[in-house]
Amino acid sequence: MDGPILSVNDLKTTFQTANGIVRVVDGVSYALRRGETLGIVGESGSGKSAASLSLMRLVPEPGLIEGSITFDGTDLLSLSASEMRKIRGRRMAMIFQDPTASLNPYLKVSTQLTEITRLHRGYGRVEARSHAVEMLRTVGIPDPERRIDDHPHEFSGGMRQRVMIAMALSCGPELLIADEPTTALDVTIQAQVLDLIRELKERSGTSVILVTHDLGVVAGMADNVIVMYAGRVFEQASTRDLFARAANPYSIGLLKSMPDPAREISGPLYQIPGLPPDAANLPIGCPFAERCYRAEEICRREAPPFIEVAPEHYSLCHFAADVYAGHTPAPEFGL
Amino acid sequence: MTTDQEPLISIRGLTVSYSSGRGLIGKRHTVKAVDGVSLDIAEGETLGLVGESGCGKSTLGRAVLRLTEPTGGEVLFRGRNLAELSNSAMRAERKGLQMIFQDPYGSLNPRMTVRQIIEEPIRAFRLAGCSDIGARVRELLETVGLASGHLDRYPSEFSGGQRQRIGIARALAVEPEFIVADEPISALDVSIQAQIINLLKRLQAEKGLTYLFISHDLRAVRHVADRAAVMYLGRIVEIASGREVYSDPLMPYTKALISAVPLPDPNAEARRQRIVLKGDLPSPIDPPTGCPFHTRCPYAINDCRYVVPQLVEIKPKHHAACIRINPENPDIDTNAKAESGATSIFEHGSSGSNGSIRIDPSKSA
Repeated sequence: MDGPILSVNDLKTTFQTANGIVRVVDGVSYALRRGETLGIVGESGSGKSAASLSLMRLVPEPGLIEGSITFDGTDLLSLSASEMRKIRGRRMAMIFQDPTASLNPYLKVSTQLTEITRLHRGYGRVEARSHAVEMLRTVGIPDPERRIDDHPHEFSGGMRQRVMIAMALSCGPELLIADEPTTALDVTIQAQVLDLIRELKERSGTSVILVTHDLGVVAGMADNVIVMYAGRVFEQASTRDLFARAANPYSIGLLKSMPDPAREISGPLYQIPGLPPDAANLPIGCPFAERCYRAEEICRREAPPFIEVAPEHYSLCHFAADVYAGHTPAPEFGL
Repeated sequence: MTTDQEPLISIRGLTVSYSSGRGLIGKRHTVKAVDGVSLDIAEGETLGLVGESGCGKSTLGRAVLRLTEPTGGEVLFRGRNLAELSNSAMRAERKGLQMIFQDPYGSLNPRMTVRQIIEEPIRAFRLAGCSDIGARVRELLETVGLASGHLDRYPSEFSGGQRQRIGIARALAVEPEFIVADEPISALDVSIQAQIINLLKRLQAEKGLTYLFISHDLRAVRHVADRAAVMYLGRIVEIASGREVYSDPLMPYTKALISAVPLPDPNAEARRQRIVLKGDLPSPIDPPTGCPFHTRCPYAINDCRYVVPQLVEIKPKHHAACIRINPENPDIDTNAKAESGATSIFEHGSSGSNGSIRIDPSKSA
């Protein structure tokens, strides 16, 4: 347990468009310990996916990544494309929401699974195949010796997601980035896949970054959480702290607007008013000010500071300490 | 399943089957997407319909409105059998029956302005004179929380949540009594979902609407629905009040479904016992014999392979379809312990060891 496996410092991902610079990720910093699971939560357009694609340097042209990403002592942004390729897939792997998009429909699963280990580990054909069968067995594909020669379309959605996980794990990566890995799946299949990730993590000590919009998934999986909004980290805390005592009006809104089936709710659900801002057209002050129950004049004028309200618990808010102390509770049903 | 008053909608043995032919030589399959569903929905009630993808819940919703023609059974709307109506009579009846779709992108014509989209049903049913129609459209827009400045814009200029509001305004334009909301929040962001749920509930309170709320999201159904029905492979397997389905599920599938819902509470997540189901939903082309759930059920015994369980009132107003529970012994865990002599098909592999009738589930007719 020496040093973090990954440390990200002031990560900025920008796109130069005809309408000016779009800051998709705007100053994200965190450190991930070995064996830790970090949840990154946000709505669409919050920059959560772009932030994780940036780690793999998979941001499409003309995206520009700035800041520093240090993976096990190596600065990833200074690597050449070919050096990066040696790390990607071998030491860092990624799984996506839509497995159909990351599996080649024309190739048998066996071809796609053996390709990685032959490339990265120099396995021979026979060795690679038996390793691939073993991986499929690990992720719970029944009858892997036979199924390995099927094409991706012959698997169901949940099974395809497992094939992708098998592929991501075949070189025994130290870091697994899972971008909405269960969003397209039914709840019972989601439970299976999350269980699988949890189990594999315990067995191999892989560090995991779990990107999701579902706070419920984070509650059950992550040690620490980052809440993103408009490309910025709005709150960062241990999962327990965040759920017990959030320090940012946006996180509080997200937590309160989720129906908790264990609790009796009469009357309307808490709602955050309005819409997330357009990343190409962010306001000057706090990007959440227009939707915030705690906003004052300063919020529309000045960008909010990132305040440590408790050890290892940060909130991006002019009134972070006040919100954390619960001095101004959120209105019962939102604005 | 019966309520004291006359139900607004009464679904009786509704069946939708498709035949998936394989050309001249191949074997023809019949897929029963909805298999003999009976449900009553009282006036002003929200009935939640939950199930995993492919269970037939959307087909059921569409068949109730005859957007998909049912192949059997009937749907009574205020006592009138919709299935018997001619197309033109059905069209007139649609004024009272509307639908809100999951995909606010696909269900709005991209070449029509918001004004045209909302005006269309009003004109079609001649519900307002030419002079009043503009005022009516503005009123509807305001009801769903959009500004009249949005009237001459196109759907592509709106976000998902706003498009869903346009879809809701269109449904409300004909002043319906009954609305089928098919996954109305699944395509929306978390912070927007609460807005749409609150809007639907407010409209219900104001206009006395009756909803069939279809969703795979148990958390949303638990919050929105007065009663919730759980669907599996075309059949209703459990139905009770929203609270009871959640707090006291009886049927093993419902138990598994509820235990799989992620809770927004790390302490509860750490404590909970999860029933993780093995495998996927079986193909409706070749459904299991007996209880459709027996292939994945941790409590399944040999009988489950050939006895089709009927929906039985196990507790007051709480129906479930499972042969291992009954009104005297409603708890399957207790029953499973008491009957531990019975052979579980999981403990003993696939071959039945007693003398009961065996049907190979993989070779159903």
